[in-house]
Amino acid sequence: MKIKSQKDFWSGLLFIGAGTAFAWGATHYRFGSSAQPGPAYFPFGLGLLLALLGGIVLFKALTLEVEGGDRFGRWALRPWLVTVAAVAGFGWLLPRLGLIIAMPMLVAASALAGDEFRWQEALINAAVLTLACWAIFALGLKLALPLWPPGWGG
Amino acid sequence: MDLLHHLALGFEVAFTAQNLAYAFAGVLLGTLIGVLPGLGPVATIAMLLPSIYSLDATPALIMLAGIYYGAQYGGSTTAILINVPGEASSVVTAIDGYQMARQGRAGPALAAAGLGSFFAGCVGTVVIVAFAPPLTALAFQFGPAEYFSLMVLGLIGAVVLASGSLVKAVAMIVLGLLLGQVNTDVISGVQRYGFGIAELSDGISFVAIAMGVFGFGEIIANLGRPAEHREVFTKSVRGLWPTKDDFRRAWPAVLRGTGLGSLLGVLPGGGALLSSFAAYTLEKKLRLAPGEVPLGAGNIRGVAGPESANNAGAQTSFIPMLTLGIPPNAVMALMVGAMTIKGIQPGPQVMTSNPELFWGLIASMWIGNAMLVLLNLPLIGLWVRLLAVPYRLLFPAIAAFCCIGLYTLSNSAFDVYMGALFGFVGYLFHKLGCEPAPLLLGFILGPMMEENLRRALLLSRGDWGTFVSRPLSAGLLGAAALLVVVVMLPSIRSKRQVAFQGE
Repeated sequence: MKIKSQKDFWSGLLFIGAGTAFAWGATHYRFGSSAQPGPAYFPFGLGLLLALLGGIVLFKALTLEVEGGDRFGRWALRPWLVTVAAVAGFGWLLPRLGLIIAMPMLVAASALAGDEFRWQEALINAAVLTLACWAIFALGLKLALPLWPPGWGG
Repeated sequence: MDLLHHLALGFEVAFTAQNLAYAFAGVLLGTLIGVLPGLGPVATIAMLLPSIYSLDATPALIMLAGIYYGAQYGGSTTAILINVPGEASSVVTAIDGYQMARQGRAGPALAAAGLGSFFAGCVGTVVIVAFAPPLTALAFQFGPAEYFSLMVLGLIGAVVLASGSLVKAVAMIVLGLLLGQVNTDVISGVQRYGFGIAELSDGISFVAIAMGVFGFGEIIANLGRPAEHREVFTKSVRGLWPTKDDFRRAWPAVLRGTGLGSLLGVLPGGGALLSSFAAYTLEKKLRLAPGEVPLGAGNIRGVAGPESANNAGAQTSFIPMLTLGIPPNAVMALMVGAMTIKGIQPGPQVMTSNPELFWGLIASMWIGNAMLVLLNLPLIGLWVRLLAVPYRLLFPAIAAFCCIGLYTLSNSAFDVYMGALFGFVGYLFHKLGCEPAPLLLGFILGPMMEENLRRALLLSRGDWGTFVSRPLSAGLLGAAALLVVVVMLPSIRSKRQVAFQGE
């Protein structure tokens, strides 16, 4: 079998997978009846619907000819992984090191995701943004953000 | 007169120093993000949600609303001057606006966009005032069956907005509805899809989804594209005032755009984006006056029409949100979220239970539009300079603000992790050609839809026929079915593809 549209083929699989997973997960809860719908009633039906829709997308991807095969093109692997890692890392570091240390690390790390990275610029940007975030969120909006590692003075 | 009384109340609320300040902050920020390509109102409003915890509901919503319609003004500046839409709804403005700029007529194009938007904004506000009370009265007759059908209509309508495959857009809605099922079931108290994670018992935060997909996902997608070459027509912005000829041609287009936008904004799935595309199509269809340049070659109608329409649409899309509690687009979905954060249950009761909020918000829109004209036309030089900020400095800032917003949602790292996860998924959706906006709408409506479905079934003793035997509900479902049929028609299908090609 030949894949006519790469994008739709994988979207279809994704929808089928997600739909089946939700429907299967719903079997752990009480289904109830139409007159007394339980917690599983709605998600089970939706999961089946999603799997069905995924099946349609998949079927079209295998039968309908699409110009150029609807290919993915180049995956932006570096921006993808670096951005996600920088954000998750910030979440981990913020409660441990505080805003003043975690924020410059986030800014510098996320700047690495672009292909025009310059050290000097990234450092200045990190300093400016950290100061701005502190002024806006901690000082201005009085949000309870940890500023320093716990145990440090304030 | 009840209406005048209400409006007076609204202006009284909107004209307090605090609310004026927040309206100004909103439209200023809206213009800013409208001008900057790669940052849209959805991500911005999501970013700002944590900051509204410390605000009252009225100033908070006034500010968030200002961001949405302010972005419509700012987006046109970028479209006209650098041929890159600052905002998705300015895609069509770029076609004729950029041509005008190349001919040294950037000034009149900007003026037409600004003044047209102002006119449309004023009309849009009046439309809200006129239509909100009767719609609210209608909504009070809705039972759970009607609400369920209305949400079906709203979600189907949202599909019209998505570009590309219809089936995929519907699948994204269903996926959104399912993600909304990760919560504690309100009726039985059972925690669903929690994997034993305590933070998931209240559900996934919609801010995490919005920021992940529209904030981080967008950044990754933008970085994946080759750096665009920008040609900025900053020096050619002189002589803002349009000629007499320009005025004569532009004002009928403004009227048409405003009418179309006001109408399409109210429809489920409508809003700024749909309105501007429709208005451009309409202007293109009209016969050219003798001596007029065709559309696409720098015709002022191609700027005035869509720009009026997107602002009118942005304005009137508040109607379903304010009266029925049903968000017609992703921005309104966030507004619903903001109201919930402030402890206000969106729905028809808002008008009577929170009249200051309701009428104050509406009055502030008119004030905000007036501020926007002043902000955008005389200060245009300032905004133009902003376009010189390179994206490599901008995106770490967006990431930083999103991260802080996520953390402060519940002062825990969990929402930051969720944001990162949805950023990962967001880029995957981008690559798979799956539109994320329907997902967000589905997610917001999911719990409401389930509750109404189950209540309707309880009331009818398990008879699904209740959705078609009640006339209002049947009408709403019929309209949804009609929408599907209309969109599937081959002629409309090809047009839809053309309309979304610019994106």
